[in-house]
Amino acid sequence: MKLIGATAIEDKLQDGVAQTIEQLTKAEIKIWVLTGDKQETAENIGYSCNLLREEMNEVFFVAANSPEEVRQELRDARLKMLPDTEEDKFLIPETILGDTPKVVEDENVNGDYGLVINGHSLAFALESNMELEFLRTACMCRTVICCRVTPLQKAQVVELVKKYKKAVTLAIGDGANDVSMIKAAHIGVGISGQEGMQAVLSSDFSFAQFRFLQRLLLVHGRWSYLRMCKFLRYFFYKNFTFTFVHFWYAFFCGFSAQTVYDEGFITLYNLVYTALPVLGMSLFDQDVNAGWSLEYPQLYVPGQLSQYFSKRAFVMCALHSWYSSLVLFFVPYAATYDTARDDGKDGADYQSFALITQTCLTVTVCVQLGLDLSYWTVVNHLFVWGSLGMFFILTFTMYTDGLFQLRPSSFAFIGTARNCLNQPNVWLTVALTAILCVLPVAAYRFFYSQISPTINDKVQYRPAPRPRRTRLTRRSTRRSGYAFSHAHGYGDLVTSGRFLRRHAPARSMGLISTGRSPGFKPTGRSAGYSPVGREQNPKQKVEPTSLQMFRAVKDTSF
Amino acid sequence: MMASSYNAKDEDGHHPGSVGSGGPGAVKSKKPDNTAFKQQRLPAWQPILTAGTVLPAFFMIGLIFIPIGIGLLVTSNNIKEFEVRAVAIATSYCVIRALCSYTAPRTKDFSNVFMYYGLSNFYQNHRRYVKSRDDSQLNGDKSSLLNPSKECEPYRTSDKKSIAPCGAIANSLFNDTLELFYIHPNGSRIAIHLVKTGIAWWTDKHVKFRNPGENNNNLSIVFQDTSKPVNWRKPVYELDPSDPDNNGFINEDFIVWMRTAALPTFRKLYRIIQKKKDNMTPTLPPGNYSLEVIYNYPVRSFDGRKRMILSTISWMGGKNPFLGIAYITVGSVCFFLGVVLLIIHHKYGNRNNNADIPN
Repeated sequence: MKLIGATAIEDKLQDGVAQTIEQLTKAEIKIWVLTGDKQETAENIGYSCNLLREEMNEVFFVAANSPEEVRQELRDARLKMLPDTEEDKFLIPETILGDTPKVVEDENVNGDYGLVINGHSLAFALESNMELEFLRTACMCRTVICCRVTPLQKAQVVELVKKYKKAVTLAIGDGANDVSMIKAAHIGVGISGQEGMQAVLSSDFSFAQFRFLQRLLLVHGRWSYLRMCKFLRYFFYKNFTFTFVHFWYAFFCGFSAQTVYDEGFITLYNLVYTALPVLGMSLFDQDVNAGWSLEYPQLYVPGQLSQYFSKRAFVMCALHSWYSSLVLFFVPYAATYDTARDDGKDGADYQSFALITQTCLTVTVCVQLGLDLSYWTVVNHLFVWGSLGMFFILTFTMYTDGLFQLRPSSFAFIGTARNCLNQPNVWLTVALTAILCVLPVAAYRFFYSQISPTINDKVQYRPAPRPRRTRLTRRSTRRSGYAFSHAHGYGDLVTSGRFLRRHAPARSMGLISTGRSPGFKPTGRSAGYSPVGREQNPKQKVEPTSLQMFRAVKDTSF
Repeated sequence: MMASSYNAKDEDGHHPGSVGSGGPGAVKSKKPDNTAFKQQRLPAWQPILTAGTVLPAFFMIGLIFIPIGIGLLVTSNNIKEFEVRAVAIATSYCVIRALCSYTAPRTKDFSNVFMYYGLSNFYQNHRRYVKSRDDSQLNGDKSSLLNPSKECEPYRTSDKKSIAPCGAIANSLFNDTLELFYIHPNGSRIAIHLVKTGIAWWTDKHVKFRNPGENNNNLSIVFQDTSKPVNWRKPVYELDPSDPDNNGFINEDFIVWMRTAALPTFRKLYRIIQKKKDNMTPTLPPGNYSLEVIYNYPVRSFDGRKRMILSTISWMGGKNPFLGIAYITVGSVCFFLGVVLLIIHHKYGNRNNNADIPN
């Protein structure tokens, strides 16, 4: 035979994929790969992305033809990872256990293991009598790669993880065959690019390159969690403090539900005096800047463990409010008890007391916000000082003569601001309450940052990093990036009908119509031109393998 | 299928990485602006709780608060206050002249002395009581004079006429009379001049409370279609007939009473004993004094108590050692905490630097 020529198809990963996966693994995010490629391709992709490693203890291959064999192979893998789980009877279907499905907890295994399972076996493994076994074995492994997977199976795997693990799932893909998976996961991410817009249209987030996922999760996701928790904690604090003061006053007003504050203040407190500062905090706050967030993926872990806002955090917030309300009532109470002003006239009247308490409260919550804010932009400065200024401006305005003449019954506090706030006594009281409320918090935080500093504390103490170029080179691996196409495809799986849902009609449209893996493109996109005729940006590589990730949640207190 | 996906891409018009200025009908790029605001790169001040900021702050607060507290305490201790508890009298409505002799150890004090009456267990801050008034009527509004607000119920009308001033606060006006006499060594009683104006807030007297009828000095005509509050002996235009500037709604005793107190134990300014013109004679020289009280005000029914207080005033108000003590306490606690945290920082503070973050 005369050799005429050779063809080759290059299907490279996008830039930065390996590094992204490495960073996300460091952030305690478990990564599974669900691809329609055949096993060799998937394996090679796994090695090139650093999901599978040479140093791994073992990589299990599950590629059996019957349910019993699949079960046996999964069981063997599990026993090899954790030999002392021989006696576990884990095969109880969830219906016997009652309505709430059993939760598969994380188990610690010694060593790194990988699992590669093909679509045929996965079809058996996803049946209801074997899915827990499969999930348990898969979760013990560091990496799971499912190859020859149909779009429906992708969605089924995602749903399996969602159902039985206390984890948040994120599915990222770029093709039409990833749409079901993207929709099934908690968070769906679509990569816009060569494959069209179907994945993008059905996703929650979309961007153009896989490596942007790192920024999405480690920078923006983390900041979003932090901001939300700080916002919630502060909001509860300021409102509980505001309200508990009335509880203490009840003992001194005959339990008649007389408010401590002026009604105008009550209306404007949440609307004007404290709304914008907390909004500014929840929009702009950053505890660690973007560079450090990317450099230290371990910063992501507190979000996974729900550390910033949990039942415990809420109780601490309530206790703090209780203490603050004690200070905010009893210090003005004692300071104005049976006293007079500096010209002898009345200084302990209800309106003066209300104004003193209002001022103490506003200043205190403002100082507390200042302590919580760790990123003071211009906008934050404007909001905080502006709100405090608005408090004084509006207070003086509401207590002027003009408004009183307009509606005497509504503005009955006339003259109070002028007569009360010119007393040095009053300002000393305000300063005392603010310091007394904030000091324990500052001391507590400083104490804990010295005794047991968290990752955030350690990173914050470092100077700002220099901007670094991301490394584009992959880790070297002894494996070469080639695969032979000598294994047969998944036509058998398709014709067996095993992957179909029980309740779905026998003919499912669109699931098998492609029949081709996304890694295989008939037209030469990699050749540098598209059929439409436009010169493509050579940097724009073909889409990566579809990936699914889930996070392992260790906190069981939910 | 593959061809259709390319068509879909063209229809969407999304060209990642390509320039948006194509031919006619080119779509604007969806890339967000690369401004500092939108990319969250605004310059910011990032304060963190380091030892270099927290510890000096604690010590500073301690060092500032303790002298302030000492100053407040000294000032408060220098204020002279003299309190006389009212003796419990059996009947409540009977007018009794109670004569008490007191040896007031007035040291040499050359400033104004303020005379207060104090009440205890009197809840002027009860919600229903606080809202039982009509500020429009008290401001001299003619329509409110004859038609007071509903908040004044049940003290709104009496004998089919509207009550002026209406409400429970006005109805419970304090009406005991206190007089102070100095008992001269030679036996004669000299009445001490008690000033009854200048005891209410300026804004109250001149803005909040106005007599109706503008500048009509004949208040009995202005109030002719109204009745007096139920528990009063005299109508409002007879509160001080000798002084038209202190009669009617602008009577200062009335104004002082209408300014409801915040707590169940309170004092209200009754009279001022002015200091002597020459600053050489003490305002109340040492010796014997006699307090005459006309008991009109019944407090026994609710277990209330009355007292009379004579007090001087300083820049921080009346005698109240609380702020001084509080400042000293907080200052010392702060200082102590600073020391403790300094020790802790010295022992454990290296954990932030040495323990490297596992990479």
